[in-house]
Parts: sequence; C-alpha cells; structure tokens
Amino acid sequence: MKKDSDTLPEERHLISRKIDAFFIEIYEIFKFVRRFFGEAFSSPFEWKEFINQCYQIGYRSLPLISMTGFIVGIVFTKQSRPSLSTFGASSWLPSLITIAVIRALAPLVTALIAAGKVGSNIGAELGSMKVTEQIDAMEVSATNPFKFLVVTRVLATTFMIPVLTLYSGLVAMMGSFVNIHQNEQTSFAAFIKNAFSTISFLDINSSLVKAICFGFTIGAASCYQGYHAENGTQGVGKAANTAVVVSMFLIFIEEMIIVQFVNAIR
Amino acid sequence: MSNSKDRETVISIRGLNKSFGSLTVLKGVDVDVFKGENLAVLGKSGGGKSVLIKIISGLLKPDSGIVNVLGSQVDKISNRELQELRQKIGFSFQSSALYDSMTVRENLAFPLSRNKRELSKAEINKAIEEVLNDVGLPQTINQMPSELSGGQRKRIGIARTLIMKPEIMLYDEPTAGLDPITCIEINNLILQVQQEYNTSSIIITHDLTCAKNTSNRVAVLMEGQFLTTGTFEEVFSSKDERIKTFYDYNFIQEHETI
Repeated sequence: MKKDSDTLPEERHLISRKIDAFFIEIYEIFKFVRRFFGEAFSSPFEWKEFINQCYQIGYRSLPLISMTGFIVGIVFTKQSRPSLSTFGASSWLPSLITIAVIRALAPLVTALIAAGKVGSNIGAELGSMKVTEQIDAMEVSATNPFKFLVVTRVLATTFMIPVLTLYSGLVAMMGSFVNIHQNEQTSFAAFIKNAFSTISFLDINSSLVKAICFGFTIGAASCYQGYHAENGTQGVGKAANTAVVVSMFLIFIEEMIIVQFVNAIR
Repeated sequence: MSNSKDRETVISIRGLNKSFGSLTVLKGVDVDVFKGENLAVLGKSGGGKSVLIKIISGLLKPDSGIVNVLGSQVDKISNRELQELRQKIGFSFQSSALYDSMTVRENLAFPLSRNKRELSKAEINKAIEEVLNDVGLPQTINQMPSELSGGQRKRIGIARTLIMKPEIMLYDEPTAGLDPITCIEINNLILQVQQEYNTSSIIITHDLTCAKNTSNRVAVLMEGQFLTTGTFEEVFSSKDERIKTFYDYNFIQEHETI
C-alpha cells in the first residue's frame, strides 16, 4: 500500500477546473491591462522603441491596407450599383459608399487586416522571446521588459490603427471613385461634393473612437498572448494564433457595442 | 572551509523553500557564496538548480526562507532597489538568450544604454569593444545572433553581462551542448572573468570537468537540499552512491546499464 506522501496531493477546485481557469484568466488579463496603464504613465518612456513600433506597425502595413482598401471601395460600389439603379438612384452611390466606408468598413477592415498581420507578428515575436528566455534576460539586465516590449507595442497599435483607418477610408473612396468615374462619368469634384454631403463629424469621430478601441485591443490581446507563451515552439504558434483569433473576436464585439452606443446618441 | 567565517559573504541563503503547485523543488536550502569565489552547483536535471539562481536574481519569488544578496534581501526590497541590485548581477543563460532582432553591438549596448544613461555613444562603443576583446570575439560586432556558433553565442551572452561590470556572475549550464574544445574555452573564460572582473560566481552545471576547473567549491543539490559542500576532492571522496554515480558517469567509469 502506498503511503500518503508518495502520491501527489489531489488538485482542489472552487467550481471546476475549466471554470476556475476561465476566471483566473480573466483576472490575469485585468492585472495585465492595469499594469499597462500603470507603466504607460510612469517614466522613463521608451520613445525610440515606440517610434520603431509605429514604423513597423503603421508604415509596413501600408501596402496591404492600400490594396484591401482599394478593392473594398471597388467591390462595394459594384455590388451597390444594381440596387440603387433599380430606383434610378445611382447618383447617390458616392454618399452611400462614403457612409458605409467611414461608419463601418474602414475601421473594421483595417482592424481585421491589422489583427491578422500585426497581431500574429506581435504574438509570435513576444512568444518567441518568452520561450527563449530573452524576456528574462531583459529583466535581469535591469530593464523593465513590460515597459520596453508591451507598453510600446500597445501604444503603437492604439496610435497607428486610427491613422491606418483614415488612410484606408480615403483609399476605399478612391477605389469607389475609379469605378463610378468609369461607369457614370462622374467628375472628381462632383464625387467629393456628393460623398461628403451626408457625412457628419459624429460619423468620423465614432469611426476614430472605434479604431482607437480596435488598436488597443489588437495590441493588448497580442502582447498578452505573447508575453504569457509557454511550452516551447508549440507555445509560440499557439500565442500567434490565439492573438489573431481573440483580437478578431473582440473587434466584432466592440463594433456591435459602439454601433449601439453611437446610434443611441445620434 | 576552515577560514569561511573570516570571509565576506556576497550571497547568503537560509531555509529556502520553493514549490510549483504540488511539486516541491527546494526544501530548506542553506548556502553561502564568499567574495571572489566560484561555487559550482551540481545536481540532477529538474532538481532546482536553475530555480535557485533565478531566485537569487529576483526572477522567481521564494515561498519562504532568506535570500540575501550583497546585503539586500531580494524578495523584500522595492522594485527600484531590485533594479539597482540587478546591475551588480550578471546572468548567463543556458540558451544564451541573445536578442534575436539585434546585432551583437546592439545586444551589448542594450543594458548599458538603459542603465547608464549618462554615457556618451563613444563611451558605449569603447565599452563594447573592450568587452568583445575580453571574450575574444571582436570580429562579430556587426553580426546577428543567428550567424554565431553555440560557443560564440555563449561568449557574447557572457560579454553582455560583463559590460555592466557585475560583482556576482550566475552561469546556467555554461558548457551544455558544446564540443569539448569550446567547453575548455568557456571554462577558461569563466576563470578569466573571476580574475579580471573580481567576480563571485555560482556555476550551475552537470559537467564535472567544468566544475573541477572553474570552481573553488562544489555543492551537490539533490532532492531539494544540498547533500554536501566543499572542494571538488572533498565532495567526490564521499561514499554516497548518488555522488559517486555523478563522478563515475562524467569520468567514464564502468557503470551498469539500465
């Protein structure tokens, strides 16, 4: 018969292993976000790394955002034309496209593209640094790795996603103009006048607020996954994958909440 | 050691306990490291050797016990004090832990530019060149870590800690995964660091040749406690089967196959 000391103590749970783990994870995320705000507003600030991350996240995403924005503009215009033509209202295309692009498509498409490109990049990079002890090495060399790696990346995504959203919106409208110009021979001046006739500051502001929330979400979710990666290369892959999935999921949830809120005050 | 009471203690550990969930790794560990000495810590894989030096450097918190490093109790001091203490501790990781995205120069400049902000670019460059000469790799200054061999990575990892002129060096498996010739070079480097930088070190290793050549004292960590501590000859004159197995395996004695 085995002695008590030979067996591992039985694991005890408050509710069940999975439910306990879920609430522990929520608490860990809360601590992570609280630490972010604590570290973001205390000196020293890593300006050089922040600018480097803005360059990596913003400038390096430009080709992808340009291409997707342009395609979204063309495709949405082509798809909307038949419905409007039925009512003889194809001249309303520029204002319809602008409302759709500014209110929903630009922030959403930009955030989803960035979640895929930037989120996976951050998740994999920090995850790889974690499992190869580079984050520990930073800590023992008296550098705060959270401030250097996490704060700079989260702030860079929060700052650059709105910039990319504005850019993506403009490119999508250019795509739309190209298609409308080809089909309806509308001049650029007429397109712009019609496009901005129905758009309000609330639309642009709510779009920017959405983009800021999306940017923060992508940065925080990706950094959290990467910073807590474990179990070697498998953990790095999981961190990158979860960073993208969680970011995209949260973006849709936030989109739904912000739209409800904006419609209530409109 | 007979004169240990007269020597200045740089690391003093008493009754250190550490567990991970239900797994107890360290059970009441007591050990002292004296100024200027190299202490080799031997023991089985997963026996808590790396945990010990991670606790000393403040990377892990002890469950209980006293860990005193250069007069500060690492788990009781503030974050700012811990950062100041860490500037006096060099940690050489088993995997070298060089920053992949940075060149050798940037790796070496990283701790210096962050902790000694008063230094000019020229002074940082001079310190980098000095430390690269000390580890014998001045030609690698503009290379990426991925372009270096295992031994070179280890040396650059040690150089990155030396650039801060530490008082204590913690080596985690310095010769693991290296060929015998490179192992000898690393052993010589550890001795050179002890003499030129006047460091006190803990060397975590399985390699008895490394322990014999680089350490003043050896401590054997088994089942969460130090079995014995003393000079290499004192420790390996023991009749304890577990210590004898260590010696026999490393020095190619006949042993039973399992």
